[in-house]
Amino acid sequence: MALSITEACVNCWACVDVCPNTAIYEADPVFAIDSDKCTECLAEFPEAQCAAICPIECAIVDELGTPLNPLGSLTGIPVEKLQEILKAAAQGQPA
Amino acid sequence: MDLPVISNTAPASGGGCSSSGCGTAPDALSHLPDHIRAKVQDHPCYSEEAHHYFARMHVAVAPACNIQCNYCNRKYDCANESRPGVVSELLNPDQAIKKVLAVAATIPQMTVLGIAGPGDPLANPERTFETFRQLSEKAPDIKLCVSTNGLNLPKYVDEIAKHNIDHVTITINCLDPEVGAKIYPWIYWENKRIRGVEAARILIEQQQKGLEMLTARGILVKVNSVMIPGVNDEHLKEVSKVVKAKGAFLHNVMPLIAEAEHGTYYGIMEQRSPTAEELQAIQDECAGDMAMMRHCRQCRADAVGLLGEDRGAEFALDKLDAMEIDYDSAMARRKEVHDAIIDQLEAKRAGLGAPLAAEPAAPLPADSRPVLMAVATAGQGLINQHFGHAKEFLVYEASPAGVRFISHRKTELYCIGGDTCGDEGQDGLSADSILDRTIAALAGCEVVLCSKIGFEPWGLLEQAGIQPNGEHAMESIEAAVMAVYRELAEAGKLATPAPDQKRA
Repeated sequence: MALSITEACVNCWACVDVCPNTAIYEADPVFAIDSDKCTECLAEFPEAQCAAICPIECAIVDELGTPLNPLGSLTGIPVEKLQEILKAAAQGQPA
Repeated sequence: MDLPVISNTAPASGGGCSSSGCGTAPDALSHLPDHIRAKVQDHPCYSEEAHHYFARMHVAVAPACNIQCNYCNRKYDCANESRPGVVSELLNPDQAIKKVLAVAATIPQMTVLGIAGPGDPLANPERTFETFRQLSEKAPDIKLCVSTNGLNLPKYVDEIAKHNIDHVTITINCLDPEVGAKIYPWIYWENKRIRGVEAARILIEQQQKGLEMLTARGILVKVNSVMIPGVNDEHLKEVSKVVKAKGAFLHNVMPLIAEAEHGTYYGIMEQRSPTAEELQAIQDECAGDMAMMRHCRQCRADAVGLLGEDRGAEFALDKLDAMEIDYDSAMARRKEVHDAIIDQLEAKRAGLGAPLAAEPAAPLPADSRPVLMAVATAGQGLINQHFGHAKEFLVYEASPAGVRFISHRKTELYCIGGDTCGDEGQDGLSADSILDRTIAALAGCEVVLCSKIGFEPWGLLEQAGIQPNGEHAMESIEAAVMAVYRELAEAGKLATPAPDQKRA
């Protein structure tokens, strides 16, 4: 049982400071979680601490790859708008 | 007999020297008690005058944040960006110390070191306070300051007091949690992500508590507010009243920056920014007897240099390794430079304060309407910049009560010098379209003062209802603005409403 960090991460250190198991470390290109140390905070807190402070949607995922903070859940920007922007970015055009 | 006077003079110019821009006061700090003025007179962020002489720097040691603001996007990092919260190179405390010492030795005018982000400094307590601890030991001549959203402030007030940090900036956008819920989608508090009105309520409570604790300890507190039209604009008047009552010495109302390409909630949801006129109206309402920071340039979390300039690239990490810094000798040189500047400022203050009794100017009719004038200046309080070389204009208001600084307005550089003046601009934009934007940025101003101006922009400015004036080159800004105001009065142009301007 462990969480992991995707490439959406912006390396802001917030999760490193709040992890009760010191499971998170600086890595390239983004921070990583030591799966031996991560407990998903099940014993410690009602919420996984990294996911509770992470400002980036879809950066923290569970073992199935499901994001703990899905698209639109942190910024309040409607998902359709975000998808439009992502699509435009993929095509190399401004949104 | 007294006739009732109908006037559209701004309320702040009601009279006396308590207002921030009384007569020939050299800067907005003149009304402050001496012990506060002594603390801030060489701080570029607190004095329109000092910022031409003293420089500041930020070190980006605080990446983590514990709240989300709707005007911020943590994914953004671009060298061409200059918003707060944006940074190119994150530093650890040791690297930060190295950078600060190198900058302080190279730019002796650098007096202030701030930690402002790119996240929240108090959400990174170890990195922030380790930096302050080392700096107060190695560079005791540098003033330290810190900016925070306030959520963790009560927890760290004692630590702040320990490091002799005498300036703290708290960003306070609201007192009403209902308003706050429209600005802050969530906070991280006591190991939970909390959302909505409850999140705003906790944040506001901590900010207010922190403000009270700091002022109780004699630590200077400046309050920043972001003006968001339709969200907190009217509410900011109440914010201003309350933070003043609790002892904040400055209230800085800044305009929202929201562009879709920044990817912020407000940018994407097309929340508009305030116009220059709306910003000024709120700043006037909030001013009272409290100096406002009209010259704030909303700089990046890793900015280096005088306000409005950024020399950060000269001190990138790879360049620092090659620099050998002897800080003791640098400190001696810094002291000489600082003393010379303070002497110069004192002399200027004394000179300007001297009565102009030799030729008492005839009083202006009290009902003369106030006039906004834009000034192109490269510093020293003089009109000493070519119109086409100005990257920004300072806007002053002249009224029978005197001249006061209102704001700065950014433009794009219209002229790149040489013989090409008027023919081509920069960044592939035609000079004409840049000139159009400059004229739009000067909306509301009736006069623009500069050292020189080309034939073509002269004509276009006149067409737009803005009178160019190059007759006061190298003169003091405030004296020249007043002289032009008097000319307008003598020409009978101040009894009538402002002429309609053609919008560019």
